[in-house]
Amino acid sequence: MNIATAGYGTLVIILIMALVTLATRWGGVFVMSFVPINYRVQQFITAMSGSVLVAVLAPMAVKGDDGARLALLTTAVVMLILKKPLPAITAGILSAALVRQF
Amino acid sequence: MSNVEPPLHELKREYIYDGFRQLMPISLFVIVFGVAFGLAAAQTGLSDTSAVLMSTLVFAGASQFAALDLWGEQVPVVPLIITVFAINARHLLMGATLYPWLRELPVARRYGVMLVVSDANWAMAMQAFNRGKPGFGLLFGGGIALWAAWILGSWLGLHFGSAIQNPVSFGLDMVMGCFLLAMVVGGKKNLRMFIIWTVAACSSLMAYWYLPANSHVVVGALAGGMLGALWMEEKQ
Repeated sequence: MNIATAGYGTLVIILIMALVTLATRWGGVFVMSFVPINYRVQQFITAMSGSVLVAVLAPMAVKGDDGARLALLTTAVVMLILKKPLPAITAGILSAALVRQF
Repeated sequence: MSNVEPPLHELKREYIYDGFRQLMPISLFVIVFGVAFGLAAAQTGLSDTSAVLMSTLVFAGASQFAALDLWGEQVPVVPLIITVFAINARHLLMGATLYPWLRELPVARRYGVMLVVSDANWAMAMQAFNRGKPGFGLLFGGGIALWAAWILGSWLGLHFGSAIQNPVSFGLDMVMGCFLLAMVVGGKKNLRMFIIWTVAACSSLMAYWYLPANSHVVVGALAGGMLGALWMEEKQ
């Protein structure tokens, strides 16, 4: 099934995208309202919240160029030392920019 | 929990304002992403109204870029739905992780604050909750800052996008990655978490290489979560 992008088609496509995205924003909350929150569920949630980020980052580091990898490494090191996100992020971006100039 | 401390789920106006303010720096970078999206949308042939409307209603950058890849005179509906769903499926997990606090809110507010959930404000909110601080101001106020920045950036990109020649050479594609990594590193660290993250990373990579496109985040996150549920911390 296809939708032509002429006329109102674009609007329909955007609305479909918006509804699908809204379902993802609301769906997790809705499903959890049927799950009793016990200690095991809490442990699942805590472990999963860090794992979401790690799962986003792992392919970024592996498929990325040297600039991407150095940016992530620099961010991690600066964050471990200073424990402040903004200097860590800035240092990471600067290191990617520097590597990519050469 | 003592009675003197304010409840963590509280959503006061000053918390929302404070969350807005705290997400301002990262919002500046989101403007740049938005510019890149606006430029790409213009090049794909979307009208100004459509591109801004998409950013306003969808507010999920990676899936919007993916939609542009499918764009043409005809757009295939089922691949579009699958792609958008798979890329945004991490929102399902974010909603689930916030649920222990969200359930304290009235239903309208519970779903209201989730309208603007995205990576950066969710990560900040979770970090606040895990430190025993209120997080919904960060989630909602910060979400509004990110949303406004995304719309503004998209609009700027449609009109002035060609001014930014090559954002990648300035490292701007790494902003969100570095931000999310700073959140991981700033979180609770011990051997158990480190092993959970390693399992999440390896599962994500396996899915990235061997499973259908865009499944890696959900696979990695669920693998980490399941290990956490099986190998529980000692109760304090």
